[in-house]
Amino acid sequence: MTATSTTRAVMAPGQQCCTFWVDGLFLGVPVEQVQEVLRYQRMTAVPRAPQAVHGLINLRGQIVTALDLRCRLGLPPRPEGELPANVIVRSRGEVVSLLVDDIGDVIDIAGAELQPTPANLPGSIQDVVRGVMPLDGSILLVVDADRAVDVSTAPETPAPALSPAIATNTTPGGTP
Amino acid sequence: MNDDAEIIQEFLVESHENLDHLDRDLVELERSPGSRELLSSVFRTIHTIKGTSGFLAFHRLESLTHVGENLLSQLRDGKMTMDVEVTHVLLSMVDTVRALLEGVERNGLDTDPTVDVDVVVAALQRVLDGEAAPAPVAELTPEPEPVVELTPEPEPEVVEDRLPLVAAEPAAAPAPAPAVAEEPADGTEKRGVVDSSVRVDIELLDSLVQLVGELVLTRNQILQRAEASDDIELVRAAQRLNLVASELQEDVMRTRMQPMAQVWSKMPRIVRDLAHQLGREVELEMEGHDTELDRSLLEALKGPLAHLVRNALDHGLEPRDVRVAAGKSPAGRLHLRAYHESGQVVVEIDDDGAGIDPVKIGEAAVSRGVITREAFARMEPREVLDLIFRAGFSTAAAVTNVSGRGVGMDVVRTNIERIGGSVDILSTVGAGTTCRVRIPLTLAIIPALVVAEGGERYAIPQANLVELVRLEGQDLRDSVETLAGAPVLRLRGRLLPLVSLGETLTGQRPETDALTVVVVQADDIRFGLCVAEVHDTQEIVVKPIGRQLKALPVYAGATIMGDGQVALILDVGGIARVRALTPTEFTDTSTVSADVGSQALLVLEVANGRRAALPLTAVSRLEEFDSSRIERSGSSEVVQYRDGILRLLRLAPAIGLQDTPGEREQISVVVHEENGRRVGIVIDRVLDVVDEAIVTTDVGRRAGVLGSAVVQDRVTDLVDLDAVVRPLELIS
Repeated sequence: MTATSTTRAVMAPGQQCCTFWVDGLFLGVPVEQVQEVLRYQRMTAVPRAPQAVHGLINLRGQIVTALDLRCRLGLPPRPEGELPANVIVRSRGEVVSLLVDDIGDVIDIAGAELQPTPANLPGSIQDVVRGVMPLDGSILLVVDADRAVDVSTAPETPAPALSPAIATNTTPGGTP
Repeated sequence: MNDDAEIIQEFLVESHENLDHLDRDLVELERSPGSRELLSSVFRTIHTIKGTSGFLAFHRLESLTHVGENLLSQLRDGKMTMDVEVTHVLLSMVDTVRALLEGVERNGLDTDPTVDVDVVVAALQRVLDGEAAPAPVAELTPEPEPVVELTPEPEPEVVEDRLPLVAAEPAAAPAPAPAVAEEPADGTEKRGVVDSSVRVDIELLDSLVQLVGELVLTRNQILQRAEASDDIELVRAAQRLNLVASELQEDVMRTRMQPMAQVWSKMPRIVRDLAHQLGREVELEMEGHDTELDRSLLEALKGPLAHLVRNALDHGLEPRDVRVAAGKSPAGRLHLRAYHESGQVVVEIDDDGAGIDPVKIGEAAVSRGVITREAFARMEPREVLDLIFRAGFSTAAAVTNVSGRGVGMDVVRTNIERIGGSVDILSTVGAGTTCRVRIPLTLAIIPALVVAEGGERYAIPQANLVELVRLEGQDLRDSVETLAGAPVLRLRGRLLPLVSLGETLTGQRPETDALTVVVVQADDIRFGLCVAEVHDTQEIVVKPIGRQLKALPVYAGATIMGDGQVALILDVGGIARVRALTPTEFTDTSTVSADVGSQALLVLEVANGRRAALPLTAVSRLEEFDSSRIERSGSSEVVQYRDGILRLLRLAPAIGLQDTPGEREQISVVVHEENGRRVGIVIDRVLDVVDEAIVTTDVGRRAGVLGSAVVQDRVTDLVDLDAVVRPLELIS
């Protein structure tokens, strides 16, 4: 990652991170970008949507897209029966929910140094994580919320195949 | 620095408002040049802008308004009088001020090099020097003597403006603090800012609307719980909550409403400028300033309305000499009217000009290849008028600066239809034209049919719905066939392409032994959308969906259902595109249909009090003829009708009933048109038009009757129009 220096500038004002776990990874988003954290919400599925889009939730009357971070990061799907939690982030004027396994604490990262993401991490993680912070007893992966909510680069499975198009010109008698 | 930015912001907001008033006042002034009130009010506005721009170091703005103020003070003090020339330079000053303010809004500077201040200053100075005793620049008092009789702005719709005469600057004070400080000796209020109201950020309003929506949903849940509870106190509290929440919702929705006056206030200036440019004399009348509608709609309406007004002046109203020669008053009348009607806002633009000549329109359309001569010959005058909404159509004899470039009415119609409205035109040659625009009160709420597929609910906008058809068992096997893998439905003799919603969404076609088909129409495409379940019709609030889903053509948005869950709104046109359906001309001659469904029916009386119904879509018009006009041609009864012969068909015998005995003076006729052929169906009288879900039964099925249904609590025969009309076609 080449963005280390600029990243630090962005991180400077708050220096606090809202943390969570996804498939055993300890991740965080700067608190300035986090609107709120919610337990599991019922979701409406969106057929034909990119795979990372898990559904839509009703957040006080606002319709919010929920993205599965496991899918976005290219990690295996969440085991059956485990309900994800919502980390609601603001990105480019929109509110988006990131679905995570578990919510952690808000931690103070003042003084910790943001290091480039180790080069041997999978590309799908490199794509979303802007750097890592080795802390006591754990390594925090700092997520770039703008990149996380951008599903145009997310790992994708092909869209459902449709049967051949239906022709409408079969109306007998033609047009009157 | 931040403080400065905020002050500039306030200054901009206030100045823009004031400038709108100015435009109106100046035009008004031209008419009543002696009005000291108007002059003082104009003077104060310019003075305020000058003061604040000086304070904020906008020097170009200051120097411009400074000269303008000089001129105004001369006028106010009676040393000069208003005339066209003076009005002109003052208006151009207002325009320049506006342009400078736009520059300030863009980058915080009034140094925009494209705005030429000096020319305007020179023009102002010339007027000053030319007519009045030269006003020495030093003597310029920014200090109008306190005017006692000031009734600022006697516009009828802003009553509030009059009130705060004495109460100097109460509520409006927090906003433009520096401006207030700059004009201490004025002694009167700054005008324009309505003192009894507070400016609120639009985003805050939107967020209030959202929060109230959420509150209403929560209230619904609590009410449900409370009903099941024995706790009397809880029940009472829930009922109070219910009332308060409902009222709150109503009031909050009202905050988004804005009066039509916002658009009307700009009209005098537009009309004045155009009238000068085109050399017309125009009496402008406006009505319905307080007609309210949602602000987003108001915004979207501005452009189309300005265009229609321009058209009325350019194509409608004739020049003075032509009017006089035609025996009309020399000044043309332009009447703008806004009012509420059955949940819609109607805006009318009415002129007493030359009207639109259908013959000219038709000729132009033919010569431009928009339609063929044969098609034109068959068209009703009304249809001909509709041609002006076709793209690339313009009949202005000369292409003027104002209109006539051929990009007009089609854009107006497109823009109005985009916000769910419609526009139509009525015109009488020689007497004038009326344009009627209808728009919904609010964009956000639309009626929709809720269906279910794969365990999720989806909403289909009512605007796309045609009818519902349910097929089971033998019916299903009889009427659905597969052509090259594509399922089609035989519906009243026509083949309707079927699209499975489940397959469109998930790629898998669900197996069913019954089929529920929602017949939908988008643009020129009609198809049957097969869904698993049909719920009910409800009013839904349209909400946007996130960026991640914008690329999906099959959704138009999303909404929140009564239980708080999100449901997606289907985009019927998008589904057609995804399934690569190509448009075909599907002129539907539908008769009465199906097992379930709602459709508009014309209910009528035949055979001495028997009720029958026709689908409204089959009715092209209703007519009354004197019985004396009935003539005979061969074995048929006919009347002369619109340059042709209309064959009459008595409905009662055609559906196996006795015609009402006795001769009448007048006969009622339903004109039905199909494949370019007209037939007049003679009935006793029209009872009503209903739009309700009907359940057809086989009871009463016979030749010419599809069956019966209960319509408006009465058993009604559903006429099989095809069967009734067919014999006529055989003999003709």
